[in-house]
Amino acid sequence: MKYVDEFRDPHKAKVLLDNIIDIADALADDQQRPTYIMEVCGGHTHSIFRYGIENMLPPSIELIHGPGCPVCVLPRGRVDDCVAIAEQENVIFTTFGDAIRVPGSQKSLLEAKADGADVRMVYSPMDALSIAKKNPDKEVVFFGLGFETTMPSTALTVLQAEADGVTNFSLFCNHITIIPTIKAVLDSPDLQLDGFLGPGHVSMVIGNQPYGFIAEQYHRPVVVAGFEPLDILQSLWMVLKQLQAGEARVENQYNRIVPEYGNRMALEAISKVFELRQFFEWRGLGSIDHSGVQLNKQYSTYDAEKKFSTKTVTIADPESCQCGEVLKGAIKPWQCKVFGKACTPETPVGALMVSSEGACAAYYLYGGDRIDALQVEDDIEELRA
Amino acid sequence: MNVAEKKPIEENSATARIRQGKLVSNVITLAHGGGGKAMRDLIDDVFIEAFSNPALNTLEDQARFSLDDLASYGDRLAMTTDSYVIDPLFFPGGDIGKLAICGTVNDLAVGGATPLYLTCAMIIEEGMRVDTLRQIVSSMAVTARAAGIHIVTGDTKVVERGSCDKIFINTAGIGVIHKDYQLGAHQARPGDHILVNGFLGDHGAAILNARGDMQLSCPIESDCAPLHTLIQSLLQAAPNTRFIRDATRGGIASVLNEIAETSRCAIEIHEARTPIRTEIKGFCEILGLDPLYLANEGKLVAVVPEAETAAALAAMHAHPLGQDAADIGSVLAEGRPGRVHMQTSFGGKRIVDMLVGEQLPRIC
Ligand code: SF4
Repeated sequence: MKYVDEFRDPHKAKVLLDNIIDIADALADDQQRPTYIMEVCGGHTHSIFRYGIENMLPPSIELIHGPGCPVCVLPRGRVDDCVAIAEQENVIFTTFGDAIRVPGSQKSLLEAKADGADVRMVYSPMDALSIAKKNPDKEVVFFGLGFETTMPSTALTVLQAEADGVTNFSLFCNHITIIPTIKAVLDSPDLQLDGFLGPGHVSMVIGNQPYGFIAEQYHRPVVVAGFEPLDILQSLWMVLKQLQAGEARVENQYNRIVPEYGNRMALEAISKVFELRQFFEWRGLGSIDHSGVQLNKQYSTYDAEKKFSTKTVTIADPESCQCGEVLKGAIKPWQCKVFGKACTPETPVGALMVSSEGACAAYYLYGGDRIDALQVEDDIEELRA
Repeated sequence: MNVAEKKPIEENSATARIRQGKLVSNVITLAHGGGGKAMRDLIDDVFIEAFSNPALNTLEDQARFSLDDLASYGDRLAMTTDSYVIDPLFFPGGDIGKLAICGTVNDLAVGGATPLYLTCAMIIEEGMRVDTLRQIVSSMAVTARAAGIHIVTGDTKVVERGSCDKIFINTAGIGVIHKDYQLGAHQARPGDHILVNGFLGDHGAAILNARGDMQLSCPIESDCAPLHTLIQSLLQAAPNTRFIRDATRGGIASVLNEIAETSRCAIEIHEARTPIRTEIKGFCEILGLDPLYLANEGKLVAVVPEAETAAALAAMHAHPLGQDAADIGSVLAEGRPGRVHMQTSFGGKRIVDMLVGEQLPRIC
């Protein structure tokens, strides 16, 4: 396929992989432990499993699947708010596909829909706005969610609603911002990380500059990476080369897409419509200061939180749920007590099992030799019992 | 034997009703399901007009078949039913009517049966335009005729607006299985090859695309087609074929998992050998979908013993619906029983698991 196949060439992959193995093995000999690299972005997690990259890497390198799936980090209290809004009379609640199954404390949006709420799946916030125009007697709410990747299109939709004079459209804003999140991860005491794959899509909007502090203050290399398998291998290799040379810089592997200073128009739309929230709660990570955005005063008439006075109760995850530890890389998904038992994509206990970008769902669906080994052990134990 | 030539229908032409009523309304109302004149006009003017055949025209409560004639096709009856609900009703490459015929024909054919007769039950939402209904019925008639199968009995219900989504169609089918064919997923064994008859995922992508949300200008057409003649040539070339299944909802991934589970074997497929159109790959990239799980309406998966693989492939290639047939992998002697995995063309290996729920587009 034009523009895709060239990023999936197995021969180039082999060469890159050999280089990766050489450096990673040498580093592991020096440090007496594997090198830990976090991919912050859920899209990377997905590609890593989908192309079997996890299984190609040597044991001297370990990937930590970070908090970059917006669906996975959404706290249960916010899902409950969605359900409460969706269940009001005369509301059409619109959402992206993979957010529809995230469990709240009582039910998911999918279950609310089955119970009679008018919940509709859309592909973009503009679709939600057209639904609002077609249904002037209903209040149409869009479930805005995602990092800087999806923020501009939500912002532009709010601007469009204003320009068109649409008053029955509002936004339930759960957009989050990447930099405070990476900072929270870096400041976490139980974390051991040697470097980062920077998120490609987010960087398309914000550019490379904002990652400078990771290299300067925390002395960790960052390579902004694309999503094709060769992109990911090449980026891993670039991180390893920096580590080997004792360097820490921000590099841009995805420069065919990511501009150094980001996308000016997108950034302008964001800053016109949104302002930082003081606090925002993340599933598994707790509250992170200034990590979420909300509509600013000027656009507050489009704010569903104001229109519907939501409660946003903090609800602890079930005790068995270890999503937080997985998000920070403290444990691997299959080490969670309920992985593959009580918690499966069909019956997700935690959010990491919901979206295919979530680390747990990715392991469960695309698996890996490591899980196979684990399940064989389980089978043996069952036989013994 | 040409299915169209020989029809063991018990003809009862003495009671065959001559078409009489002419439908006057442009729109279906509850009266068209009420059992009175309006309903008879609908049946005569729309259904009998399009499907006309001796068994149907008598409008008895049942169609009757001669056992001796049925027995000339094989030694076992095959029976199936399926209901068709789809949005939109018309999509590139087909419509709900064509789908209802092809789906049931294929469900019979994959068991090695010659499909012979279909029933057709329609649940119509009050307010449907008669033109639209005619279009659907005519598409059913054309597809059935081309497939050499007769629609021999039916039922019509009209429900209040909001009680169903425009139209639901149920078709049941009867076919006869030739005595030499014994197909079953449990028969797959190590060394067998996994064949498909062409490009995968077209139907699923065409439907998603036709819903219009994506506004992609991608010319994707559904692959909706009756597969029975392809299956007959496949079985003639490879009589020891272990199993055939049409890969509808859940895509080939679901069929492969079923084979692996039932036969307690591991299955390996190769991404590089799995035919998927460039457009479909691009479409899936954008939406974050996996083409292995996309629905097909004209694609089958066949498990064929190694010795007959070449003949099976050649027979498929010679058929218009199998020109892009491919050998995508095999049943393994080793590996975790029940597990399906794919060698990616990138050189990695991933598990192809059962789909959970519906495939949902990712957010970014
Ligand atoms: S297995 Fe379930 S509960 Fe455990 S970390 Fe994963 S998603 Fe959370």
